[in-house]
Amino acid sequence: MIKNKSILFNRENLGDCLARGLSKTPQDIIMEIRESGLKGRGGAGFPTGTKWMLAAASLSNKKYVVCNADEGEPGTFKDRVLLTDFTELVFEGMVIAGYAIGAKKGFIYLRGEYSYLLKQLNEQLQKMLKDNRLGKNILGKGIDFEIEIRLGAGAYVCGEETALIESLEGHRGEARNRPPYPVNTGFMGNPTIVNNVETFVTAAIIMARGGEWFTKLGTGKSKGHKLISVSGDCEEPGVYEVPFGISINELLKMAKAKNPKAVQVGGASGYCACSNEFERQISFEDLSTGGSIMIFNQSRDMLHILRNFMEFFVEESCGQCTPCRIGNVKLLEGVEKIERGDCSLSYLRELIELGKTMKIASKCGLGQSSPNPFISIMTNFEQEIFSQR
Amino acid sequence: MIDIKQNAMTEEIEMLVGKFGSTRDALMPIIQNIQINHGMISDFAQQEVARMLDVHPVEVYGVVTFYSFLSETPKGRYIVRLCRTISCDMAGKEAVARAVERELGIRFGETTADNKFSLEYINCMGMCDQGPSMLVNDLVFTKLTPHTVVDILSKFK
Repeated sequence: MIKNKSILFNRENLGDCLARGLSKTPQDIIMEIRESGLKGRGGAGFPTGTKWMLAAASLSNKKYVVCNADEGEPGTFKDRVLLTDFTELVFEGMVIAGYAIGAKKGFIYLRGEYSYLLKQLNEQLQKMLKDNRLGKNILGKGIDFEIEIRLGAGAYVCGEETALIESLEGHRGEARNRPPYPVNTGFMGNPTIVNNVETFVTAAIIMARGGEWFTKLGTGKSKGHKLISVSGDCEEPGVYEVPFGISINELLKMAKAKNPKAVQVGGASGYCACSNEFERQISFEDLSTGGSIMIFNQSRDMLHILRNFMEFFVEESCGQCTPCRIGNVKLLEGVEKIERGDCSLSYLRELIELGKTMKIASKCGLGQSSPNPFISIMTNFEQEIFSQR
Repeated sequence: MIDIKQNAMTEEIEMLVGKFGSTRDALMPIIQNIQINHGMISDFAQQEVARMLDVHPVEVYGVVTFYSFLSETPKGRYIVRLCRTISCDMAGKEAVARAVERELGIRFGETTADNKFSLEYINCMGMCDQGPSMLVNDLVFTKLTPHTVVDILSKFK
């Protein structure tokens, strides 16, 4: 359930998104999504319209649409809520995307941890097939599109789009070099778009409400509203729909946080903001997030939190590239050294430099972002952490 | 006896290949089904899948060992996976973890002697607003306390 009153994710007067989408030409759909300024909701923020345009321009008679439902970023659960409450809009967004780029087949890559949602998703697929909103000659418009659900098997890295495609193909979930990008060389070497669950739902809603309406929400470079999963030390954890540009302070008020000391924006791989940064805003311009906000109050030990994050990355690194495989272990050992009270400041500086190197040298988004909590927590809370040991 | 079991496994994999196809991308659905049905993917099963998909057995082994929900060693009938990520941790995961260990008489990473329960940690399972949380096979349990978790586990005994 979305906790606050929703503007974007609101079915009132929404109408039939699928029918509205399919009444346009593929070019018009892509134009409308481009005009809306919609950026990928999974966290990376790549412009959705551009991705669809590139895939549409790829010459191939086999193309694929993939819905990334491998919601593994710690503290993120908004896709679970969308898959539960807006199931039909997830699928409709995929059909619209398939029509726009010229694909006839879509996959939902559902994380293994969410396998309990399978029954509901399959029921919705059957219903749409029965209502002629999926399958052959959809709504009598001569459009064919089928959707298959594939389950993940407990690997965080498969949220990265090329690792996800590897997994779909039956391989280990190890990220590929990019370029080539999936829009050219994706599933089985064919043009493929991979979008987040929320991106598909938002795209479907844009079909009904219009790209121009969407641009009036949010900030200059971050159009529209975003779903945020709030957890941690607050009275009202849950999923909130917020306009881009909202400050951390406003979010804290919404969730009724008491004595907050720090806020982790963007999950374990995100940025840990301290209290004098609470006026900063959630947006692609400032603090970007795929939807995770975790609140830590005054009683929390920041080093314990950092240790939890680094243990996560050590376990979830796929191990194929050295900066990520070794770097995360070195950062975790650093945390243990600090815990024992024998980490010198010059060694801490070296660890932060190592983190910066990992961000440049790692192959995929996992290793490029896993040093973020180490760098931000050790920068923002260095004095507090060292004074306690 | 071994032959009969192996024949049954071969038949089961033939059936799965009939359902999902024999292309490489059918590998995951096939071995995920074997995992659910048998609690593991044995060496023999891996070899048979490889033979039918026409890939080297090591390719299958590589996939089985990559994913945390797939296993080449036997797991209990019920796999208890407790979330250890920070939101659940702050909500009281540690006390729940100790209660489960004491109740089942095993540590995390172990399986009970009667092969009923395997106990594991899981990384964030998206129930951060309702922690501490756990999965027992594909059932979700949230807002756990040491007492409720013991009540839940007793229903699986």
